[in-house]
Amino acid sequence: MEDLQLKFNLNGSEVSTKIRPNLLLVDLLRDVLNLKGTKVGCREGECGVCTVLVNGEPVNSCILPAMKVSGQSVTTIEGLSKEDELDPIQEVFVDEGAIQCGFCTPAMVLTAKALLEKNPHPDESQIRQSLSGVLCRCTGYSKIVKAVQKASLNRRS
Amino acid sequence: MEGILKEIHWGKEISVQHYHQPLTIPEALDMLARYDGKARIIAGGTDVIPLLRRGDLRAEALIDITRLPRMNDVKADGGSICLGGLVTHAQVCSSALIRERAGFLAEAAAALGSPQIRNVATVAGNLISGQPAADTSIPLLALNAKVKILSRTGEREIPLTQFFLDQGQTAIDCSREILTQIRFPVPQKNQGGCFLRLGMRKALALPILVSATVVTIDPEKKTIKDAAIAIGPVAPTPFRALKTEAKLRNAPISQETLEMAAQSAFEEANPRSSLLRGSLEYRKEMVKVFVKRGLRRALANAGATVTEEV
Repeated sequence: MEDLQLKFNLNGSEVSTKIRPNLLLVDLLRDVLNLKGTKVGCREGECGVCTVLVNGEPVNSCILPAMKVSGQSVTTIEGLSKEDELDPIQEVFVDEGAIQCGFCTPAMVLTAKALLEKNPHPDESQIRQSLSGVLCRCTGYSKIVKAVQKASLNRRS
Repeated sequence: MEGILKEIHWGKEISVQHYHQPLTIPEALDMLARYDGKARIIAGGTDVIPLLRRGDLRAEALIDITRLPRMNDVKADGGSICLGGLVTHAQVCSSALIRERAGFLAEAAAALGSPQIRNVATVAGNLISGQPAADTSIPLLALNAKVKILSRTGEREIPLTQFFLDQGQTAIDCSREILTQIRFPVPQKNQGGCFLRLGMRKALALPILVSATVVTIDPEKKTIKDAAIAIGPVAPTPFRALKTEAKLRNAPISQETLEMAAQSAFEEANPRSSLLRGSLEYRKEMVKVFVKRGLRRALANAGATVTEEV
């Protein structure tokens, strides 16, 4: 097995690293680059807690070969806050208490971010549909939906 | 704990030794030839990676075709709509052309998996996986779609009716061939379609039953000229209710015709019992409901109404 050279943009910075050809993106992020914000759940593309944004679109990093992001731009939860300042979406999640155990939170925040970038004022069903790929086993969906609605309202004002 | 995790699929590494990202089709075909059956094509990977992890698929190398040119488009070409081999479900959901001309295919694509899956999973991959109730296989089968398959020895085009061989088995060899295009005739004004899906939840649920119906009407004679009814899972492959379709040809557009078709499809369908996804008896009853409802809505989309929905 020969290592491969991988270059991509991660949270705004260029990353260049050698990886094994069978490495999946989630393992690259967590084990090689030591970014533990992206979680591992089912490892088969069902639960969505491993969601990251590739070129702004949510994807399951647990079933994505790492080489697929070569030349692309990846955003993880670590890329949202700037220095000490939270992203507005992170802020509303805190304000609305849209967090219980927190395990699905990075994925929820990233999918919400991707939604609002595309559609700044979604209705409730659009929000639910966008979040449908991330399972919250605390079942705290109501507050999460509320938080996204509030984030959308904040954008308006 | 570590040991236990390694034993179940969760901790298993994928057996792949090499990963290639060819930039041209000839390059991809050469790579496949070099591995002589030991490489496997990967596009979105949402089926391939879980299969590799479970050990249900082994490959020495993955040939990632997502960087091949000119396979990303949804376009009209003469009387056909063509989907490139790399078109994703998300693209089909949002394509204005498909929403306008074959809206029920866009609905079907929107029902598959989750947004994360739809962003990467290709329609070609959904066909190749050969599952009997695959969300886009069912409507494409009803649309009489054909697929183009390319190998070193040339290109062939086969209709989906000959593509699905058995559960999980299709007429393409993914260690040597590439599915480059899916093509189906543009539905006309006197045609209408309908996609129906029964699942345990609104999102991220495997289907209990899926159907797609396409009807062609003769508006003057008030008859059905032609009907295509695809259903799954009621057989090892995506299933066309051919006997029922034959009975519908030239039948009057009426409630009686719908009842007749429902009973005929009930007799023709042969689903299995599944502890998770419904008993044989339930699924067969639902075939009746879906055939009737599917025909009624497809007829309405073609401009013909059959009394109120029951």
